[in-house]
Amino acid sequence: MRNPIYFTALKTIWIKECTRFLRIWVQTLVPPAITMTLYFIIFGSLIGSRIGEMGGVSYMEFIVPGLIMMSVITNAYSNVASSFFSAKFQRNLEEMLVAPVSNITIILGYIGGGVARALLVAVIVTLVSGFFVPLNIQSYGMIVITVLLTATLFALGGLLNAMFAKSFDDISIIPTFILTPLTYLGGVFYSISLLPQFWQNVSQFNPIIYMVNGFRYGFIGVSDIQPMTAIAVLLIFNAVFFTLAWYLLKRGTGTRT
Amino acid sequence: MTYALEISDLRKTYRGGFEALKGLNLTVKEGDFYALLGPNGAGKSTTIGIISSLVNKSAGSVKVFGYDLDSQINEVKQHIGLVPQEFNFNQFETLMQIVVNQAGYYGVSRTLAKERAEKYLKQLGLWDKRNERARNLSGGMKRRLMIARALLHEPKLLILDEPTAGVDIELRRSMWDFLTRINKEGVTIILTTHYLEEAEMLCRNIGIIDKGQIIENTTMKALLNKLNVETFVLDLEQNEQRPHVSSATMRIVDDHTIEVDVAKSAGLNSVFAELSAQNIKVLSMRNKANRLEELFVNLVEQGREAKESV
Repeated sequence: MRNPIYFTALKTIWIKECTRFLRIWVQTLVPPAITMTLYFIIFGSLIGSRIGEMGGVSYMEFIVPGLIMMSVITNAYSNVASSFFSAKFQRNLEEMLVAPVSNITIILGYIGGGVARALLVAVIVTLVSGFFVPLNIQSYGMIVITVLLTATLFALGGLLNAMFAKSFDDISIIPTFILTPLTYLGGVFYSISLLPQFWQNVSQFNPIIYMVNGFRYGFIGVSDIQPMTAIAVLLIFNAVFFTLAWYLLKRGTGTRT
Repeated sequence: MTYALEISDLRKTYRGGFEALKGLNLTVKEGDFYALLGPNGAGKSTTIGIISSLVNKSAGSVKVFGYDLDSQINEVKQHIGLVPQEFNFNQFETLMQIVVNQAGYYGVSRTLAKERAEKYLKQLGLWDKRNERARNLSGGMKRRLMIARALLHEPKLLILDEPTAGVDIELRRSMWDFLTRINKEGVTIILTTHYLEEAEMLCRNIGIIDKGQIIENTTMKALLNKLNVETFVLDLEQNEQRPHVSSATMRIVDDHTIEVDVAKSAGLNSVFAELSAQNIKVLSMRNKANRLEELFVNLVEQGREAKESV
């Protein structure tokens, strides 16, 4: 009897989450399309034409996977962070906590919502990029695996952030001061092989390097990182974040008195 | 006998050392309509929070229909419907979304949830508003929405934490009728309230909690019997003669109103007889104060005095 309950609850949380970001589509789906269009025009067409090739392809082709991944990261994170924190703030999270919904179901439901929004935004950004550069795909498998693992990881990151957050300011601190710098320094706009050896070594500690490069490998077949290394790093981070989220929810950190 | 709720030696100490519950013991029979009363900060909401697993207990045990909160938490949750004190639904969702989603968390399919949503939203007079966003509802409608939401998985125990706070009297009475009806249909109800009239009218059994402990747990009838003296207000026909009552303590309020304090054992006959003998006609009569309110204040004060003397 328990499993069907969990499945119905999971489906319910997922539908609720998708309904939420679709209801406020002007805030969730339109901004990434506009921002990425500006990136394509400014960095891709205007500046990119003067840069020439990078990683063996035109600069525009080089940055498209990075920009898609940047949208995936931002949207997966902010969807879960703001939705879970709002549910905590308005106390409607209690609707789930008083019901026989397992902690894993709650985590999976919120991840499902974050991943759904991230994938939808990824499709929108990919379609926009089609106006600037033809889409070449080297490995569908690599694209699907890296985008799913990255979206899941940042959805979990958003969940952890929201669990600890005590005010709306707390859910913007990490994106502003940690996530954005790591993303910009994560090889979206450049190949790390351009950096001096010291900074190349430092960059190895930035997890976003692995995601962007793994994803880029799926499009252009070129990467600064071995694809399998990228997948392994993503899997390890996902396992750590998931375990941490489960432990904190079980303990009631930020959710129960 | 089956108990809907069995609480033994329940303790809760919050971070910082505040001891909200100090070994609380309580039993509520299946099918009961039970009032849990107590002054602000007595531990009512903490108790409800622990039963509904929103608050982690420090010690003690809680059983709901025989299921243990520690080892059978899902069964416990499945049997409880909670109507919290504060509005805790998503203000941006529609009524239908709120109740159907809530049912989903309990494993109720969307098709069945929609059928039940129609049933309960209609019974609570909210069906016409089903596609409205919750934030557009009036305070009374929001309270009823929380009752509908708590019933969608058809729990056997409904816990209401001050469900009629801020609700006008007409609406309050319609909510009382609804709660009485579902209680007759078999749902055990536990109610906390500050309207003592509400507890007196609805509940068969009552627990009074103060400073984290139950200081009285009995039937409403037995509790009210403890009241030895009652005060009645008598409206008299205009009369030049000044009324005089010797069989009870009497106070003259104005030209045609008096108050009499009558011992329960004495009854009112002698008061009426004396007034009749003076040719004073009694037009109407009512209790001055809510009887339960007097008792409640007395019990809480007695409890505190006893503790201080210890």
